Amino acid sequence: MAESTKTIEIECLRFNPETDSAPRYQTYKVPFTDDMSVLQGLQYIKDELDGSLTFRWSCRMAICGSCGSMINQVPHLSCETFLRDYYPGKLRVEPLNHFPILRDLAIDQTDFVRNKLPSIKPYLIPKQQKTLEQGEYLQTPAEMHKYYHYSECINCLLCYAACPQYGLDPKFTGPAAIALMHRYNADSRDGGRAERAELANSDEGVWGCTLVGYCSEVCPKGVDPAHAVNQNKMASAVDYFLRFLRPYGGKR
Amino acid sequence: MKRSNAPVFWSLFGAGGMLAALIAPALVFITGIAAPTGFILPADTMSYERMFALAGNVFGKIALLAVVSLFMFHGGLRMYHSLHHLGFHTGTGSKIVIFGVALLATIVAAWALLAIGF
Amino acid sequence: MTTVKTYMRPMAGWWRKNPFFVRYMIREASAPLFYLYALWLLAGIVALATGPSAYAAWWAVAKHPLMILANLVVLVFAVYHTWTWFSVLPKTTPELDVAPGALITGGIVAAVVACVALLAFAWGVTR
Repeated sequence: MAESTKTIEIECLRFNPETDSAPRYQTYKVPFTDDMSVLQGLQYIKDELDGSLTFRWSCRMAICGSCGSMINQVPHLSCETFLRDYYPGKLRVEPLNHFPILRDLAIDQTDFVRNKLPSIKPYLIPKQQKTLEQGEYLQTPAEMHKYYHYSECINCLLCYAACPQYGLDPKFTGPAAIALMHRYNADSRDGGRAERAELANSDEGVWGCTLVGYCSEVCPKGVDPAHAVNQNKMASAVDYFLRFLRPYGGKR
Repeated sequence: MKRSNAPVFWSLFGAGGMLAALIAPALVFITGIAAPTGFILPADTMSYERMFALAGNVFGKIALLAVVSLFMFHGGLRMYHSLHHLGFHTGTGSKIVIFGVALLATIVAAWALLAIGF
Repeated sequence: MTTVKTYMRPMAGWWRKNPFFVRYMIREASAPLFYLYALWLLAGIVALATGPSAYAAWWAVAKHPLMILANLVVLVFAVYHTWTWFSVLPKTTPELDVAPGALITGGIVAAVVACVALLAFAWGVTR
């Protein structure tokens, strides 16, 4: 199949921590066909034009969550964003906003992986512990439906790049982590809401959100973190006002 | 980890926001455009006698107090967050000013409405 | 582990870089307008309690072209507030079997009904 090859300009943020004090931009002319993703454009640059360009990628099919970047100031997975949609304009590719830049397009994900994710206790805390002999924790399809789409997060961090509250105050737990927290709280097999409540009820929890809503706009998996965070505001408020009446609710 | 007191402000924000979403367009149109210009509504729609009668009614008092107080608590929380968005350092001081004025307005409104009598 | 030198980009002007954020800031800009509108109403209530001449003074300001223009600006933002409030409402509810679109439409319809009712009330009182 003969396809006409056009050329698009891709401008990449470059930052070498060993030599640079601040980022700079470098523009590359990349020949492309209509089926090429931005990731393939970056791979062309690395293979043919400039081997020093650094970026993360793996599955190239929007499931591993590695290739997130800012494309013309919008968070995208570069493997499912296409060069044809920007042509004849220019593409500017930058690392995900609100994270420290390690090198070129690679960000430091430590805050999410080491702090945010463990802080919400991302595991089932069963209501009733069962022995193996007692069998599985059963769940109806309707019960699963209540939390399932919140379990589809691939930890790509596009929502953190989209969230100005996280950018302004990185102590905010953030969209993906709170969505995952909700995923467990909403799971009928889980009984850990009270354990997660202290974080949820704090300013670093749900109250750090001002419903900008951009997180849900950019999420490539339809997790809808904005919904997870904001429906828990009501739960947190009710818990706040009824805390002296509830037997277990005294836990801060 | 400290429990946030945001629920207090957020509940007032939500109540005010819902009230505003439901009636503010009509209310602003009536009080700010129609009655003062005599457009669609007669020019004496908000005459002293009519407004005094409205404020003398217990439901009128509740409605007026709700609008003044809740609009300010709604706008107040959003203003507080907006200052933070614009890069200003917001803390207890900003809260005291913004919500202090709103609380004061609530008290003054209640006092004035009670002074009008029944 | 050796410490790695990283670069943190500044947040200044963040909202100007994306149309989504600009619209968000416009939504938030309704806040000081509602705040000031409420203070304006408060002035009217205090004038009402003070007496007819005080109220007449407040009403004279209400009829000033600049005041009417200001209220027009408030009106535009009030309508935008109604629209954006119900647009995000589905994000605040628990998981429901109702489609988000139905919630939004329901909210807008409720607002239209409430506004028409208020207008009808104002019109009816003057008959």
